[in-house]
Amino acid sequence: MEAGGALSVGRVAVLGVGMHPWGKWGRNFAEYGVAAARSALADAGIEWTDVQFIAGGETVRNGYPGYVAGSTFAQALGWSGARVATSYAACASGAQAIDVARARILAGLCDVALVVGSDTTPKGFLAPSGGERRTDLDWLRFRLVGATNPTYFALYARRRMELYGETESDWAAVKVKNARHGLANPNARYRKETSVEEVLGSPIVSDPLRLLQICTTSDGGAAVVLTSLEYARSHGAVSPVTVAAVSTVTPTYPQTVIEMPYLATDSAAVAAPPERLFRDAIAAAAYEEAGLGPEDLSLAEVYDLSTALELDWYENIGLCKEGEAAKLLHDGDTTLGGRLPVNPSGGLACFGEAVPAQAIAQVCEVTWQLRGQAEGRQVANATVGLTINQGLFGHGSSVICVR
Amino acid sequence: MSPDPSSPAAEQAWFTAGDEPQLIGSRCASCGTYAFPAQTFSCPNPRCDSTTLETVPLSRRGRVWSFAVNHYAAPPPALSPDPFEPYAVAAVELDEERMVVLGRVAEGSDLAGLRIGQQMEIAVEPIIPGADESVWKWKPVAP
Repeated sequence: MEAGGALSVGRVAVLGVGMHPWGKWGRNFAEYGVAAARSALADAGIEWTDVQFIAGGETVRNGYPGYVAGSTFAQALGWSGARVATSYAACASGAQAIDVARARILAGLCDVALVVGSDTTPKGFLAPSGGERRTDLDWLRFRLVGATNPTYFALYARRRMELYGETESDWAAVKVKNARHGLANPNARYRKETSVEEVLGSPIVSDPLRLLQICTTSDGGAAVVLTSLEYARSHGAVSPVTVAAVSTVTPTYPQTVIEMPYLATDSAAVAAPPERLFRDAIAAAAYEEAGLGPEDLSLAEVYDLSTALELDWYENIGLCKEGEAAKLLHDGDTTLGGRLPVNPSGGLACFGEAVPAQAIAQVCEVTWQLRGQAEGRQVANATVGLTINQGLFGHGSSVICVR
Repeated sequence: MSPDPSSPAAEQAWFTAGDEPQLIGSRCASCGTYAFPAQTFSCPNPRCDSTTLETVPLSRRGRVWSFAVNHYAAPPPALSPDPFEPYAVAAVELDEERMVVLGRVAEGSDLAGLRIGQQMEIAVEPIIPGADESVWKWKPVAP
């Protein structure tokens, strides 16, 4: 499609959503996925055997069953003959699985799809796969540079300090907000208030970021049942939540911001930098596909891998101009009760990251919000919600849901 | 340009040896764009379909785009000294190539004195003191 061209993208219904609570449970990832799937099927009011297509979000930390997550879930739920696919796009895996399921429905290849992602994570920093792999940038960035994930988050955070004069206290206010949002969320791992003082008293991990400014890794599972609009209506869903856009864009050359896990950016010596940097482009593609803009949003679930990164996202999704995110935060606009609450679920600050489940969990939260079922964290009169994140190696991930 | 035999990848040199080491990147023979690590089989510019990529030494100096100081040891395969010492990672923008390259900050640098915008130059050192394997690092240039 050409930029600016008229888009007419069909919609699919989110008939059911479900999650297994986030935590550090240490059990088989498939157990969380199946629990989430059964919960989503019950929410949709359908049986597993009604599902024609299952899409899994892959986990790379759980051996072969994780690489073929779609069939692992299908077997665990009981072989039913459903068609299957598995998607891997790092943090964007869930959105990609949703996109595959949506495409099959819109293509008329099925009416009912189940999308599932779950993970069991080790303690501490996420590390590359084992073995000596000198052609794998994810291995090399650890070996040669010691560049952990928080290292990249810290590079972005320090840019905000330099360009906009932000401070650690500004970022700590993001954590305080999200901690409060997640207090009543039954699926959140951390349900405890915090204070700016507590955040600033936590140890420095990757200066300028402290432990409580960075999200942890978690176990968890999330699932959605997507169906054609006709199928949803025939099952009594008169005005279901629908998916208006899924953005899975890649960057445009030259990518001039250093992104995980690369050791260098592209060169802008020959080709001029694109009109939109990658994170901006992820949101722009979602808005274009939905025919909506930031002014239409009721809420957003953004990927707060770090508190400072949540502020980047405010600007990337067009809630404010560059450099004005901290003001938006301090004015209370993005707090529950404010103009446009961000991360009403509590975000990664309260969940920690369960990589292949997280983008699906974001859609679960938006669905509950649009249905008015987000008890204890409900955004009033929510009609449009956006989720956004990015997976390393250049995977965009954004979903817009409307009701 | 003589590749340093201790370069990290067996088949491909990443930097040159000597007193004034340089990173080895690639430049497309057709459109002229650069890449690091060197691209070997396809130009990264989407409007260029060249497969002829020359290895070229990159600028020795650049300015800090951002940096981080890590206070915990990175997990393997990263190498860490025992006892652990905080280390810095700098993202440095090369003027001519218009690209940002990550690297550890050289041993003995004043980490508290690091600033965005300051000039840095390439050094080649063991990844950590005593390691067999060498790597490029960013060293602050005295003002």
